[in-house]
Amino acid sequence: MARIIESKKSCTVNPLKMSQPLGSSYAFLGMDACMPVMHGSQGCTSFGLVLLVRHFREAIPLQTTAMNEVTTILGGYENIEKAVLNIHKRANPRLIGICSTGLTETKGDDVDGFLRLIREKHPELDSMAIVYVSTPDYAGAFQDGYAKTVTALVQELATPTDVRLANVVNVLPGSHLTPGDIEELREIIEAFDLMPVFLPDHSGSLDGHIPNEFTPTTLGGTPIEAVRNLGNARATLAIGEQMRSAAIEIEMRTGVPYHLFDRLLGLEASDRLIQTLSRIAGVAVPHKCRRQRSQLIDAMMDAHFMIGGKKIAIGAEPDMLYGVGQFLHEMGAQLVACVTTTHSPVLERLNCDEVMIGDLEDLEQRATDCDLLVTHAHGRQAAGRLGIPLHRVGIPCFDRLGNAHDVSVGYRGTRNVAFQIGNIFLAHGHAHRPDEWPLPAASLAAASLGSEATACESGGCACEAA
Amino acid sequence: MAATLKQKIADVFDESGCDKNLAKSAHERKKGCAKQLQPGAAAGGCAFDGAKIALQPIADVAHLVHGPIACEGSSWDNRSSASSGPQLYRTSFTTDINELDVIYGGEKRLYRSIREVIEKYDPPAVFVYQTCVTALIGDDIEAVCKAAGAKFGKPVIPVNAPGFAGAKNLGNKLGAEALLDYVIGTEEPAFTTAYDVNIIGEYNVSGELWQVKPLLDALGIRILSCISGDARYKEVASSHRAKAAMMVCSKSMINVARKMEDRYGIPFFEGSFYGISDMSDALRNLSRLLVDRGAGADLIERTEALIGAEEARAWSRIKAYTPRLAGKRVLLITGGVKSWSVVSALQEAGMEVAGTSVKKSTKEDKERIKEIMGDDAHMIDDMVPREMYAMLRDAKADIMLSGGRSQFVALKARMPWLDINQERHYAYAGYEGMVDLVREIDRTLSNPVWAQVRRPAPWDVAGPLGAKTLGFPAAASAS
Repeated sequence: MARIIESKKSCTVNPLKMSQPLGSSYAFLGMDACMPVMHGSQGCTSFGLVLLVRHFREAIPLQTTAMNEVTTILGGYENIEKAVLNIHKRANPRLIGICSTGLTETKGDDVDGFLRLIREKHPELDSMAIVYVSTPDYAGAFQDGYAKTVTALVQELATPTDVRLANVVNVLPGSHLTPGDIEELREIIEAFDLMPVFLPDHSGSLDGHIPNEFTPTTLGGTPIEAVRNLGNARATLAIGEQMRSAAIEIEMRTGVPYHLFDRLLGLEASDRLIQTLSRIAGVAVPHKCRRQRSQLIDAMMDAHFMIGGKKIAIGAEPDMLYGVGQFLHEMGAQLVACVTTTHSPVLERLNCDEVMIGDLEDLEQRATDCDLLVTHAHGRQAAGRLGIPLHRVGIPCFDRLGNAHDVSVGYRGTRNVAFQIGNIFLAHGHAHRPDEWPLPAASLAAASLGSEATACESGGCACEAA
Repeated sequence: MAATLKQKIADVFDESGCDKNLAKSAHERKKGCAKQLQPGAAAGGCAFDGAKIALQPIADVAHLVHGPIACEGSSWDNRSSASSGPQLYRTSFTTDINELDVIYGGEKRLYRSIREVIEKYDPPAVFVYQTCVTALIGDDIEAVCKAAGAKFGKPVIPVNAPGFAGAKNLGNKLGAEALLDYVIGTEEPAFTTAYDVNIIGEYNVSGELWQVKPLLDALGIRILSCISGDARYKEVASSHRAKAAMMVCSKSMINVARKMEDRYGIPFFEGSFYGISDMSDALRNLSRLLVDRGAGADLIERTEALIGAEEARAWSRIKAYTPRLAGKRVLLITGGVKSWSVVSALQEAGMEVAGTSVKKSTKEDKERIKEIMGDDAHMIDDMVPREMYAMLRDAKADIMLSGGRSQFVALKARMPWLDINQERHYAYAGYEGMVDLVREIDRTLSNPVWAQVRRPAPWDVAGPLGAKTLGFPAAASAS
């Protein structure tokens, strides 16, 4: 049981947190033929865009309603109308995802009302879906904006149905999963002859592939029809506590029951997934999975030599923190400093004394005695000052390649992480020095039987203090 | 918007040092130079972004952003402006206001934040940046800064450039206004010389200033203050004692140059460090202004000698690439002014410019491009990504030089690409910079990876079963 405390500071120093609208936009980016729009000043979009481009090294479709001071005060109806019409004309997406920002929420724009008026006035837009989510950046964090958006997509698009397809499962990956994680999950689920439908699906849109044409919208991701047909599935697998509300929404609207996995990193956590899939599909666990489980066990034993006893400082969003933290605990590490961005029920279940909702300065201060810093790329300055290695997790990671393809779910993903972190400790091994184990003054005195001269000439002693 | 900010924006727009502005009618001038942004079709940063770009390079200062998390949380430590010493400018400070602050006002949190920053980090000054939400709820950052400055005995500088005031360029200027109002002229330099200059509007991206500084050092010219690349607070505060100033292209800080001329009689010229002839012109102009103001007359002669030596060295190094680069076609998509200065270097290395953007170029820029490239100059006014992609895919160019925004347009077309915008990680200033640029082009173009990534999959050539033996691996050895 961990205590949850909040930072008492007025000034955030080196933020760990990212904003709700950015999390929301990221969720929309996992939809096919979609154009996410931030309803705010153009800087909101520009900053978010640059951050995602630097992380994924991909073109990121993201638009803005370009609010200025006057339109903010008069209300953003016209800007939203113009933005929707412009995007329809230029990019012709199948879905426009609009998220609000602190600016338009402070004003109190009634975007749902705006959209109703726009729909009435512009029947030519009927074939295009528009989903709106309220995501002020003065509340919550990235994963909250992401979760709200997935829930909103379900609310707006999913329709009740009598059809039930025995081999289809819905999967709701949390924002802490990478495109690579989604791909890995797809393979695992398909190994049980089940067909997964991911919402959202970044493995289609942000997996860094070379398309044959250039499109201004997302290319790949969850098609709108798939969201409409979520009710056809046998079950919903929600990955991460943040996805609970979206899973409940699907169940309430369509009656599809859900299974929630608070993490998929770790042996036990992966076992639960495999066992659940086996039960849903009614088939035995395939040989491939059994083999991978056995490899993971071997990996964990190999890596525990390096990871066991190490003191770890982690700064991450709740679901990411919970997954990485619990796994490292299971590998024998000690969670000395845990800092996160927003509230979540998983936090108190973490195996540490205290979880702080704070920033990277808080993490740095708590990590002075630690062996490893685990957080996003912004931890690089802190790690440098602390003189300890940094293991990068989450968004943004702008100073490493291949972030989309990092896999840390299931047996194989867990094996990756065990090796990665074990290797960091191998690379930063501590070499002993000849003067590392000095004797205390009392022992030196004892050895010289009171004759100080002998003790002093031996050097490196503490006789001055004595 | 506070009346003072409104006044400030009108003032910044009506810039008497800007020839574009002077060419307008009185009515047009009143409208300012803000282009109306198109919702749903806009790109680019906001005024806050611009102010931060302009001021954050001041390396020993604490930059505190007053607003909700999106403004600073998404953008900190992402600009490659380099510092030769203090790193405090890379530490992020933000009030990260919450719902209650929005309702009750964020001024108290801002005041306490300033205190925390000063107590923990003891910087020579704190810069406080206004943002949209805190501007909308009416937080008076000028008043808070004044009170905090008096209480803590340190300069606390309000930078009033909320994002919704306009685009990035306006933010550059509003940030610069904060320097004019609260910083420049508030301290005195330890000593002055007849060779003291200010470089205005240079942000030391990837250390570019250091490609130029050795030239100035060699001539005995001292950079009293660079505003704001690799700057220290005290340098900027005492920059009013310079003898001459150079305003680095793009007009982003023209108000600083012009107002320092008005207030302190520091003459300035507009120049660029990009391109060989531009670099030489910049040195010439600096020397001339300094000699006019009392520096030794031999400076001009020494400058010419240095230019002669360095130009010859640069051209010969660039020329060495001709055998490898001759006939290669370059698509150059960049902000207007820089185009022609880069074009001449590319031509010296034997390359052809397949097209160049003139979207932001002035009439004179376009004339100049024509002069250099001949009448058949392929000037592109505005190109949407889809056209760029088609042009590259159809191999009408061998390489594209552009800003990061169009990077993936080129890469998805499997075409070589080089970043020549401000976020880049290579330094391209001065004589060294042009040689480096040509070297980078050569390194990129000659990379065998392009042949690899353009190879069709063997099954696309031979059919799914590869019935014929061509394709793989026979084709691999043939290629």
